[in-house]
Amino acid sequence: MPSPRYWREIPSRYRLEASRCCGCGKVCYPARRVCPACGASDWKATRLSHHAKVVTSTVIHVPPTEFLNEAPYAMAIVETPEGARLMIQIVDCDPDEVKPGTEVNLEFRLIRKEGLSGILCYGHKGVPVG
Amino acid sequence: MREVAIVAAGMTRFGELWQLSLRDLFVEAAMEALDGAKADHLDAIYVGNMSGGQFVGQEHLAPLMADHLGMAGVAATRVESACASGGMALRQAFLDVASGASDMVLAAGVEKMNDGADVTAVLASAADQETEAYHGITFPGLYAMIARAHMEEFGTTEEDLAAVSVKNHKHGALNPKAQFGREVTTEEVMNSSMVAAPLRLLHCSPVSDGAAAVLVVPLERAKEFTDRPVRILGSGAATGSMALADRQDPAFLDAVSLSAGRAYKMAGIRPGDLNVAEVHDCFSIAEICVTEALCVVDRGKGGETVRSGYTSLGGKLPMNTSGGLKSKGHPVGATGVAQAIEIFEQLRGEAGDRQVKDAHIGLAQNMGGSGASSVVHIFQRV
Repeated sequence: MPSPRYWREIPSRYRLEASRCCGCGKVCYPARRVCPACGASDWKATRLSHHAKVVTSTVIHVPPTEFLNEAPYAMAIVETPEGARLMIQIVDCDPDEVKPGTEVNLEFRLIRKEGLSGILCYGHKGVPVG
Repeated sequence: MREVAIVAAGMTRFGELWQLSLRDLFVEAAMEALDGAKADHLDAIYVGNMSGGQFVGQEHLAPLMADHLGMAGVAATRVESACASGGMALRQAFLDVASGASDMVLAAGVEKMNDGADVTAVLASAADQETEAYHGITFPGLYAMIARAHMEEFGTTEEDLAAVSVKNHKHGALNPKAQFGREVTTEEVMNSSMVAAPLRLLHCSPVSDGAAAVLVVPLERAKEFTDRPVRILGSGAATGSMALADRQDPAFLDAVSLSAGRAYKMAGIRPGDLNVAEVHDCFSIAEICVTEALCVVDRGKGGETVRSGYTSLGGKLPMNTSGGLKSKGHPVGATGVAQAIEIFEQLRGEAGDRQVKDAHIGLAQNMGGSGASSVVHIFQRV
């Protein structure tokens, strides 16, 4: 993957930057050009809260090669108070304990290393509250 | 639009076919279809293929396949919609003939998955790269999330999921072209290794090589090629949100519902008119969700419908009589065309031990990714 891609994705991956539709208020993460709900194309940048609730989840036992050393690991779709939904890993817990409704904090973490040179790719993972 | 029919079909065995290359597979299936109709020329070819580029490093498949079929010169187009590539290729062939632009069109699908590529990673490229695959999700993982959402919402159980695998293997055991043509028990399914909780190995379709092809012509010319043509009564395609996180209800397949509605409308039939169906059971939960999205049963009833035998051979609406993706195999680009072939054979009374008695109307549903694309065809015995 060419390196400009990593620069381009810094706002969403590093800062959890989303966009709020000026037409209907829908929050999209990552930012989009056209609102999937109302079709408007005026947006205001907004940052997501760093906490969220699990909507649905799984535990990956057979992972892609890059994640071989991490399996088994939990993954979930979580929803922030702004209504944005993200697909993330849930870590620092028993993966089998992650359930719909589980509350998590979104923490900045290393996600993966890519390519022959092992480019470090960052983003957010969920850590159960409490 | 002109009325359209399928007049011949060809299909390789599905499985780990080490001795056959991507082009061998295509040519074998295509030749069988052409020979079956004694057709000596084509006006167009549509090749459904998800990822020749990633699986074997080969792009630009349409001219390659036309060339190796001895048909260089014929207009040929590759069609890609992940695991729905085959069904979408059939739809393009249908539209080409229906429009009057072409008379003799080959709709084919082919995939060579067992040549050493990292299959999990290649398949994951049909998910959203930036928001899904980046974080380590796999396809079994996406469908596992759909399964958990369905379980949470409707009380669907692991036994319901297992019932899909048991049924489809029972059907597949009757199909000589199936990759895993043997029966499995509920216990074997429930004790197989975990892939992405709650989905186990025997909830997942296998990694397969294979090809399938059908010859599509105007209905008015069909009798030149066969005395038992099968009419394509309706075709519907649709898209949904690419990322699973963007779907309001992860347990509902919006694109399947939309594509089915369009196909039913074009065909002028209702779900209750169906006698047989092939649906996209890439994972056991998928068949449960698709059954609901096709309006064959009410929402939330997909699991108990399978367990009741409603969708088994001998039931009210047998589903996946071929063994489905689960038992027959799932060479992703070929699957949609292979589904159409099972319905073609059922409506012609050629399905052998799998034959559904007096089948007049059949449906094939093929989807891509975690359900972001779906295509439905409805067929009728002529």
